[in-house]
Amino acid sequence: MGGMRLAQDVILATSGLTKEFKGFRAVSGVNLEVVRGTIHALIGPNGAGKTTCFNLLTKFLHPSAGSIRYKDRDITGMKPADVARLGLVRSFQISAVFPHMSVLENVRIALQRRRRGDSFDFWRPERVLRALDGEALDLVEAVGLSAFAEHQAAELSYGRKRALEIATTLALDPEMLLLDEPMAGMGHEDVDRTAALIRRIANDRTILMVEHNLSVVASLSDRITVLARGQVLAEGDYASVSKDPRVVEAYIGSGHA
Amino acid sequence: MADTAAVTAPVTDAPIAAARPESRDDRALHRRVFVGIAVALALAPLVLYPVFLMKVLCFGLFALAFNLLLGYGGLLSFGHAAYFGMASYVAANAAKHWGLTPELAILAGTLVAGLLGLAFGALAIRRQGIYFSMITLALAQMAFFFSLQAPFTGGEDGIQAVPRGHLFGVVSLADDRVLYAVVAAIFFLGMLAIYRIIHSPFGQVLKAIRDNEPRAVSLGYRVNRYKLAVFVLSASLAGLAGATKAIVFQLASLTDVHWTMSGEVVLMTLVGGMGTVFGPIIGALVIVTMETYLAPFGAWVTVIQGLVFVLCVLLFREGIVGVLARRLGRPL
Repeated sequence: MGGMRLAQDVILATSGLTKEFKGFRAVSGVNLEVVRGTIHALIGPNGAGKTTCFNLLTKFLHPSAGSIRYKDRDITGMKPADVARLGLVRSFQISAVFPHMSVLENVRIALQRRRRGDSFDFWRPERVLRALDGEALDLVEAVGLSAFAEHQAAELSYGRKRALEIATTLALDPEMLLLDEPMAGMGHEDVDRTAALIRRIANDRTILMVEHNLSVVASLSDRITVLARGQVLAEGDYASVSKDPRVVEAYIGSGHA
Repeated sequence: MADTAAVTAPVTDAPIAAARPESRDDRALHRRVFVGIAVALALAPLVLYPVFLMKVLCFGLFALAFNLLLGYGGLLSFGHAAYFGMASYVAANAAKHWGLTPELAILAGTLVAGLLGLAFGALAIRRQGIYFSMITLALAQMAFFFSLQAPFTGGEDGIQAVPRGHLFGVVSLADDRVLYAVVAAIFFLGMLAIYRIIHSPFGQVLKAIRDNEPRAVSLGYRVNRYKLAVFVLSASLAGLAGATKAIVFQLASLTDVHWTMSGEVVLMTLVGGMGTVFGPIIGALVIVTMETYLAPFGAWVTVIQGLVFVLCVLLFREGIVGVLARRLGRPL
């Protein structure tokens, strides 16, 4: 990319983003710009403030100072559900499925929100939702869960739950996805499959992800922001960031290779 | 340790048969149960007193309404007597002093309960868990003291000699059997309405919120609006039950708005099976039967009820119908 970025290229931007917990600054003056259509990774040693930063962006936490702009709109004071409605959708570090609903119903509940808006129609039979089943099944198939469509989500393996979560998120057709450690706790096979899935869904979307697995970050990301002690330590592509002595020190200094 | 297993089973996250997603077979089973209930409603007055049956039906509907909020909305209200009792006051006034026909009196009570639910619910849903329950209790206590002081409730005396009147101004409800038919119809329609609410697009969102609220939020659902909506529906249906009871017993009194009534509906729901479709009806039947047939024991009824409740929680937490559903491996 290089050089100056035009303002309209930036889909999500923070300025001076700060979060204090009883005097402890978990996130301190973070300025972040995510360019439309890229995969942007947020990395850093444990306790660097990645997840706090993430929760601030999705409004699950309220910042102590600073502002967040999404598509040239100030979303700092908005509620999480309303941010989701603007097309900025998050995933969770701990797998976020609806455990007592079937795989199909999990995906369909997201489609229901996008296709029908609010569903306060308590007088209609559930049958009307079957109109969404076809589309839901396509999404279930896209993440390789067709064989499990009728299974209860609680019965799925960890990797499959993550896949289901991604299918559910995709059902909202979000313009931008915030993925919180999409590979956490996955085995090799699942990591490769999920990486391929992320690459595929990134075709026409912007993705900001927090991720520990550096080989995943190296292969997927267009741009990387390194956080340490709540602040931005370095930013750039993988080649430049990984050579940055401050980054090397932050990782080795805290016991990470 | 078989008893330990029985107690811990329902709280585990492990998939139990009854918790699997409902299938079409389950719906067919539910339809058969509905037919069974309709037949039972038709035959019951041949063997049991209509007045006793009407009491069971009023409390059954009350417990069904409460279970809609607790079992399907995941919200534990400790103040449902407010909606039940205020609706009975409004219906009694409407029938006695405003000269409305019984169906309009019941409708008026139901609407007032819904509005009260809207006001109280809007305050209560701002907090979660035990705080939510405490707010509902505090608001219901306010409704109780209001009922004690306000002139239109008759204070300690309540409103007595409420006329049963003529349905639609035509059919006299003086005969217990005619009134029973009306009450049975109200109960049955109320039950179908609740079943539909649970199995509607709205019910599907409620299920998602109960299962994983943060995830529902992240999908763009404004969960508080759904909670308020189910609160209002539950309060309205509780009001329908209370208003019907005022016409049946020709009485609206402080008992119906007292906190013990809020406790009783919790008891009925837990004994029958929280979060089951049909459990609250069985719970109401058990509790009302105990109150009626153990009446000679006087104040001991409360003690016996307490004992039943403790045994119920210790031995079968899922309630009578919950245990039955697990044995059958089908949601009931």
